[in-house]
Amino acid sequence: MALVKNGELVNDPFRDVTGADTIPPDGAVLVSLEQWQDHCHSLQRRPDPVGVLLESDQHPEIIADDLDQIAVVALAFPTFRDGRAYSYARLLRERYGFTGELRAVGDVLLEQLHYMQRCGFDAFQLDGEDPARDFAIAQSDFSVWYQPASDGRLSALRLRHRRV
Amino acid sequence: MYRYDEFDHRLVNERVAQFRRQVARRLDGELTEDQFKPLRLMNGLYLQLHAYMLRVNVPYGVLSTRQLRKLAMIARRYDRDYGHFTTRQNIQYNWVSLEDTPDILAALAEVEMTAMQSSGNCVRNITADQYAGRAADELEDPRVWCELIRQYSLLNPEFAYLPRKFKIAVTGSPNDRAAVAVHDIGLRMHHDDNGRAGFEVLVGGGQGRTPVIGRTIRDWIEPEHILSYIEAILRVYNLYGRRDNIYKARIKILVNALGIDKFRELVETEWAALRGGELTIPEEEIERIERYFAPPAWETLFDQGEAMRAQAAAEPEFGAWLEANTAAHKAPGYMIVNLSLKATGHEPGDLDADRMDRVADLADRFSLGELRVSHRQNLVFADVRQQDALELWRALRELGLATPNIGKLTDMIACPGLDYCALANARSIPVAQDISRHFTAVDKLHAIGDLTINISGCMNACGHHHVGNIGILGVDKQGQEFFQLTLGGASDQHAALGDRLGRALPQAEVPAAIERIVDCYLDLRAADETFLDTYRRVGIKPFKAAVYDDTAEVRRVA
Repeated sequence: MALVKNGELVNDPFRDVTGADTIPPDGAVLVSLEQWQDHCHSLQRRPDPVGVLLESDQHPEIIADDLDQIAVVALAFPTFRDGRAYSYARLLRERYGFTGELRAVGDVLLEQLHYMQRCGFDAFQLDGEDPARDFAIAQSDFSVWYQPASDGRLSALRLRHRRV
Repeated sequence: MYRYDEFDHRLVNERVAQFRRQVARRLDGELTEDQFKPLRLMNGLYLQLHAYMLRVNVPYGVLSTRQLRKLAMIARRYDRDYGHFTTRQNIQYNWVSLEDTPDILAALAEVEMTAMQSSGNCVRNITADQYAGRAADELEDPRVWCELIRQYSLLNPEFAYLPRKFKIAVTGSPNDRAAVAVHDIGLRMHHDDNGRAGFEVLVGGGQGRTPVIGRTIRDWIEPEHILSYIEAILRVYNLYGRRDNIYKARIKILVNALGIDKFRELVETEWAALRGGELTIPEEEIERIERYFAPPAWETLFDQGEAMRAQAAAEPEFGAWLEANTAAHKAPGYMIVNLSLKATGHEPGDLDADRMDRVADLADRFSLGELRVSHRQNLVFADVRQQDALELWRALRELGLATPNIGKLTDMIACPGLDYCALANARSIPVAQDISRHFTAVDKLHAIGDLTINISGCMNACGHHHVGNIGILGVDKQGQEFFQLTLGGASDQHAALGDRLGRALPQAEVPAAIERIVDCYLDLRAADETFLDTYRRVGIKPFKAAVYDDTAEVRRVA
């Protein structure tokens, strides 16, 4: 499993402790929503950044007020067919103003990367031999978009009326 | 009609290139069939009983003759010389190969057509009144809005993996020919007191295993807000629709589970946050799209009603066709003409490649180079000069496309059924063929009047049996094909679900049962009642008796 962030293969500084009984005292960690809720105060006092993993049935509204304390929100795709996190991502970016890292984890496939990226994801946990290449392929598929989304790309509609 | 600009062309070409890569990855084994399946479905490619089936969008049913000729070419080169027009105004090819599909999509792109999202758990082809922009009874042209929604929904990144498929239909006429009440979202256009257009939004309609008539979630919304309102509905559905069971995943199940009031509250809350945002349609975009659908330069003509009546008197067959297959046009001296794809014994909705070309020639000559596909699986010439009616009728008759049965008993909707479909329990097409062979007398068909028969080969209801005046559902009983009848369904502005008549019948008994139902109606009808009027007045009982008492007797005698 590799992490691609902003198109580059990077080392994941976050240790995934979502299944662990105890949370290590230092270092960047990725915790579950339950851990975040149970240990909110101690987690917020840590010097190192904290990420929160939301399962696909956990609406990010639950953590909307905590977002300035959270460095990474990881949204789970239990299967690529479960499309809820596309909406969660847009809400996090466009409604709750989250500017940290938005990470796609789980069943994250090349063919879905473009949609995820448009919805505001900027980091992807990927399998495969060459995840950075996969990301580049997915990025090169399209150069025109019909809808406004979270990626700031101008829709065809805006471009049409801008050129006049 | 709408024409692609540089943006549309680029997007579609990029999509074709992407699918070419996906097919190559599948053929190389880089993608598993499980991973590939949603990708091919979102490009319209199904794996059926015997072969791949490709479903090509005809956006809101509008086709140019150039496009129809391309469809004919594809039928010849890549399929078995024919195509099948569907209840969603699309065309399906039943015998394509996976390897050929990127080339087929590239050929379609040349004429501004795609198969994008004609399947998959996403927003499907937007459908509309097949008489849009031409019908005398129309308030607003729905095609403008269909095109805006088409672009909004195409490759929409948030809604590519909805819980289930999502169908949107629009009508701009109070006489609903687009069956909007049985769509996930149905839009009806109205005028306010100042003559300004707006939408009534219906939600949660659908057929399938759990048929539901859509309910009004909002009785008025200004047109510029329609995309943000649709986004609010789609987002609520994407977040809360069930994903644990595909038979419970359509939006109608969510609306039923929450109740329309709670569902409305969620949508309105979401919309309050979206309203006035980036999805508000700018005036100049509405005007840009409207220009594509501006009325053509109709000639200044006088109504030819009297002349046509004289021709009809001299040629009664022409008269029958005129009565059944034409509709009132908004411009004087013009008419709308339906081409029946329901000739006696013919597979409903099928058309061979040679006749596609001939139809294209006729549309160029008689209807300004454009035609329509109706959800009842017929074709429409929307701009025919009344003075050409007789000549066009003769040409269509030669092609076998002038059967005077539009809206009549033999104008049946039928799904492909067990002859093609992997889901079906029973063969729909032979039943339709049997019925059409049983009712060949034009006089009788016209005496019966307007009556829809819809046939589905299984409970997924692709043949719209729930909303046929007479619905026929194929069921499997210990490996035998039986057919369950329903009565009283309707898909228009008074949409209703049919009531089950009684036990299912073997195929051989279906045409006779239909005849008994029809005779019962003819006995009972008052004045100018349609079948549906009579049914609604007298209820199911007399029809039940007509079908089952009699068959029971026949059985005892036999």
